[in-house]
Amino acid sequence: MKPEVLMIIAKTNPVQLEPAVEAEYTVHKLNQTEMADCGSHIGEYKDRVRALITQTAPGADATLIGALSKLEIIACSGAHVDAIDLAAAEARNIPVTNTPGISYDDVGDYVMAQILATSRRFSEADRFVRSGRWHNEAMGFGHRVNNRKLGIVGLGPIGRVVAKRGRCFEMDVCYTDVKQIADVPYRYFDDLVEMAREVDFMAVTCKSGAATHHLIGAPVFEALGPTGVFVNISRGVVDDAALIKALGEGVIRGAGIDVFETSPHVPEELLRLDNVVLSPHVAGNTEEVTQAQSDLVMANLSAHFAGQPLLNLVEPGSH
Amino acid sequence: MEPNGVNSAEKLEVLLVCEDPPQMLPALEKHFEVHVQLDAHISDALPAAAKHVCALVTGTLVGAGQRLINSLPDIEIIACTGGHVDRIDMAAARVRGIPVTNAPGISAPDVADLGLALILGVSRRLIESHHFVRDGRWPEGGMGFGRRVGGKKVGILGLGGIGRIIARRVHAFDMEVCYSGPGRKDDVSYPFFDDLSEMARHVDYLVVCCPESPQTRHLVDMPVLRALGPEGMLINIARGAIVDEAALIEALAQGIIAGAGLDVFEDEPHVPEALTAMDNVILQAHVGAFTTEAKLEMVDVTMNNLLNHFAGQPLPNPVG
Repeated sequence: MKPEVLMIIAKTNPVQLEPAVEAEYTVHKLNQTEMADCGSHIGEYKDRVRALITQTAPGADATLIGALSKLEIIACSGAHVDAIDLAAAEARNIPVTNTPGISYDDVGDYVMAQILATSRRFSEADRFVRSGRWHNEAMGFGHRVNNRKLGIVGLGPIGRVVAKRGRCFEMDVCYTDVKQIADVPYRYFDDLVEMAREVDFMAVTCKSGAATHHLIGAPVFEALGPTGVFVNISRGVVDDAALIKALGEGVIRGAGIDVFETSPHVPEELLRLDNVVLSPHVAGNTEEVTQAQSDLVMANLSAHFAGQPLLNLVEPGSH
Repeated sequence: MEPNGVNSAEKLEVLLVCEDPPQMLPALEKHFEVHVQLDAHISDALPAAAKHVCALVTGTLVGAGQRLINSLPDIEIIACTGGHVDRIDMAAARVRGIPVTNAPGISAPDVADLGLALILGVSRRLIESHHFVRDGRWPEGGMGFGRRVGGKKVGILGLGGIGRIIARRVHAFDMEVCYSGPGRKDDVSYPFFDDLSEMARHVDYLVVCCPESPQTRHLVDMPVLRALGPEGMLINIARGAIVDEAALIEALAQGIIAGAGLDVFEDEPHVPEALTAMDNVILQAHVGAFTTEAKLEMVDVTMNNLLNHFAGQPLPNPVG
């Protein structure tokens, strides 16, 4: 008999996952709305289900975990498990797995794409051609990317990809982080504002969390200055109000923004600006990433049911 | 020179016949008395006052034909603000012993950068994402997925100055590089394809970087696009005429290829409505070389050539 599993159906599901799970297991499903009120929507399967498959959002709360009496494993599709009640899982010795590290390259690529798009007025030029304005006027000049200075905030795995990409544009790469990193050739700044003063481009790739909340505000933008371009893919690190003010008043030249404090709602002021390239939190969204996510979820489940070591065990207390 | 004023007696006169770069005129005016005649290449009506200039400053697009050169009996130098001098009649200059200078290679890295922006842009649906947010569609649901560039194959048509920079850049994105052109290059290790269709069949991205010539006109045609295939993307940062635009439109509309990033078109600035209505293309207004930094560098190099000449110093960038 196939093991029974409960799968949370969310927007963030990799498209390949549902058919893959259905091919291997007896699947029960809850959508996000049903999950929020799982007491009234969960079926009699709750005492047979051995695995819970969920996503970074919506995760799994203590009520849901508590409702599944035979639960043996929680497999999360996505790296972040902050929405999973790890304490509730640990209390019952239920291992939690995730899918870390598979989108670093894609996110780094996106940062570089945003740098190019913002400097070269990419979106503006596309509109210029489509609207027929090219018939009557010439497109204005953009700004050079190659051979400029790139400052990276947070030289973690994504920051390192950005650094490598930046180097191939002959950019002079420097970084700031909590401390200097020994194995990299890039110049280190312990002061974020000082680095902002030095660079033409600033890319924020650091971890989200209490330590970096609103790390980037008005003083950083003032130091970056009117020829500076700012790119952000990290949630919660930037004071959006300060960024909007800096963009609107020409304190900085432009910005590429993939994450917003109020997402999916984006402040009206940003929508009206020409010096921004906006995107709906897609820096890590490629078909290849979703395939890899789906494959990793399946591999962790298979390992569990075969009594093999798990590939991506989230250490209790590590998040 | 007319000795009719202290300033004009001190300043040499030059004729400027191009608009590109726009910062050229103010830079020239600091050192010279400048006559501006932007239609010099299409009109014979050169004002008498402009005929006795001692230097001609022109651009790659305007160039300098035999008639223009011969209507300027006193020019000592022709300075081109860009790299290509194919529109300057070199023989006419040579016959009179007039040196020609240019400003080579300045915008090649910028053109290559736009090539990278187009590769990343079409793969990661950058423009679509921007409109998705701007049009307020995000609250209704997520956007679809783009494609990873890493691990994919890039075929470069024309491994010249720009093609080589693109090859180096995409390599750092963990993409595989191969190339096609009139002949194999001895100093690179990228695989070479004699046959363009064969290369197109092999790659995910076909990047057009070659010069326009009778031999390259419509080189990228329907058979090449069919070989590129339904997952393939075409990037053109060279010249519109190298691609059969009608075939490209058909290929995009029918899913024969997946998408395209285009900075150049067959009949600029006219871009067919069929293209401007498509979602799977990114369109740019021939802006590969359009960076303020490149334009300022062109001005610097051109001024250097002129000032060196009139100071009796060796020319930094003589052509031919």
